Amino acid sequence: MRQEPLFSVQDLRVSFGRHGHQFEAVRGINLHVDHGEVLGIVGESGSGKSVGMLAALGLQAKTAQVRGSAKFRGRELVGMPRRELRTLRGSRIGMIFQDPLSSLNPVMTVGAQIAETILLHNSAVSKKAALDRAVELLALVAISQPDRRIHQFPHEFSGGMRQRVMIAMAVANDPDLLIADEPTTALDVTVQAQIMDVLGDLKKRLNLGLILITHDLGVLAGHADRVAVVYSGEVVEQAGIDDLFERPSHPYTRGLIASIPDMSEEKDRLFSIEGAPPPLGRLPGGCAFHPRCPQVQPICRTAAPVLRTYEGHSASCHFADIPAEGAA
Amino acid sequence: MSALSFSSFRRVGWISLPLAVGIAIVLFWLVVTFLAPVMSSYDPIDMVGRRLQAPSWQHWLGTDALGRDVLSRTLHGARHSLPIAVIVVALSVAIGALLGAISGFIGGLGGAAIMRLVDVTLSFPPMLLAMAVAASLGPGLENAAIAMVIVWWPVYARLMRAQVLEVREREHVEAAIAAGASRPRVLLKHILPLCWTPVLISATMDLGQVILLAASLSFIGLGAAPPTPEWGSMISDGAAQFYSWWVALGPGLAILTIVLGFNFVGDGLHDYFDPKSK
Repeated sequence: MRQEPLFSVQDLRVSFGRHGHQFEAVRGINLHVDHGEVLGIVGESGSGKSVGMLAALGLQAKTAQVRGSAKFRGRELVGMPRRELRTLRGSRIGMIFQDPLSSLNPVMTVGAQIAETILLHNSAVSKKAALDRAVELLALVAISQPDRRIHQFPHEFSGGMRQRVMIAMAVANDPDLLIADEPTTALDVTVQAQIMDVLGDLKKRLNLGLILITHDLGVLAGHADRVAVVYSGEVVEQAGIDDLFERPSHPYTRGLIASIPDMSEEKDRLFSIEGAPPPLGRLPGGCAFHPRCPQVQPICRTAAPVLRTYEGHSASCHFADIPAEGAA
Repeated sequence: MSALSFSSFRRVGWISLPLAVGIAIVLFWLVVTFLAPVMSSYDPIDMVGRRLQAPSWQHWLGTDALGRDVLSRTLHGARHSLPIAVIVVALSVAIGALLGAISGFIGGLGGAAIMRLVDVTLSFPPMLLAMAVAASLGPGLENAAIAMVIVWWPVYARLMRAQVLEVREREHVEAAIAAGASRPRVLLKHILPLCWTPVLISATMDLGQVILLAASLSFIGLGAAPPTPEWGSMISDGAAQFYSWWVALGPGLAILTIVLGFNFVGDGLHDYFDPKSK
């Protein structure tokens, strides 16, 4: 048997509402990530990609119910007592949020916030040592004059700089796993590239597992090792990054790839996938993607496809170019 | 930034004119509070002249029905009104902010119970409730102060709760939880520091209102007992001597200016802290 992965999610389900009126936002997700590996999770807004990852860390809304399993270094996170989860969050598992503007406390200096993250998990460290470490961390994420910058407030930083601060906070305690929830969405394209470089560099240096949640497949190219494509709360395709771009098996994935603007080609209109994701609680029967699928067949309306895997490439489409389990 | 700022008021240096005037008035009364014995030429309780003398060089604001110097009594009145107002507002803020923050952050049955208590208290006209409580406790400035705290804390509870409810949904709070901060820590370090501005502004304005309410209670005999030189009871004395207009003039002006001063400061602080008004 292979060694247990750093972080693995099995059949994770998140539902909202009371009995009788339950809406499943995440409908059984399976993922895993290892040290030194970058897993990209891509999907539209509302596909459940963020909700699922947050719920795995116990950060779900009060009204949400979480079922299934999320294991971190062999320890089950779903149902873990809050106190115990707290010791993992921020120390073993770092978290980066989408909007660096609102994710920093506006009335605390940047240094104090980084130091707080350190002090929360190491009561033995002195305040002075924590601040010194904050300076090191800011240097690590390539912020110039870190010894001066730690005394500044978030509003004195630009958007990209703030996201670097968030990253510095997330890795303050040398985590094993870093979850970045749309880390570059609020930033412009040149800054996006810088932030991705910082993340990639940190992954190499600290040998951490990195989960990149994004709606932009283009961001993942060149940065992720593996990609999971999420649609309507399910992983519809999962493969190595090159494999996925070369042989996308699910029509949704093909649509996403076609949506990346190609600068070498002259086109009047950009490609987009027709329609919108189905609303929670009103999922179409059969394959959840069938109302938007360009290759829809009668079977798609009646039977939900099963996830088939072949040589590390899995997809759930009736017509995926993947042999059935038995034939493999 | 400053080149682009507009304001409906002229500015004195870096603060607005109303704020400057308000600070000046409040400072004046603060000085009076500390230096009243030095500044006044007569003892506020002694009968120092003939009764009901009109203003003159000996008695700038005349004498009252018992021959006491009105100016000296007015200046000494600040030593009662100001400390009472500060204590009442401080206690109200402390109780109200604590309960409001708990209600907003924890919610649930306890939070709802606190807010219903607030609703019940606020459903009475403040003057009526203060009178009822003060009357049942008996006259005296201390009892009047307790009555006023009972009337006033719900205002801050509601204000604080609304602030906490808004701030706790912000992303930096979620980020702090994701960083492993405990709930009390999140409340104290990441929510409360962002909630104080409106409370501070409201408290400044309420200092004036509390002085007014305290004077009102004294006016109807539920506050300071004679011969204490309290503004409300002095105006009550003056009301009995209608044609000796000067008896009520001193305390009346005192109340007018200090309430105005606190309102100016509160308004000025509001503009100062509100980024949209800059």
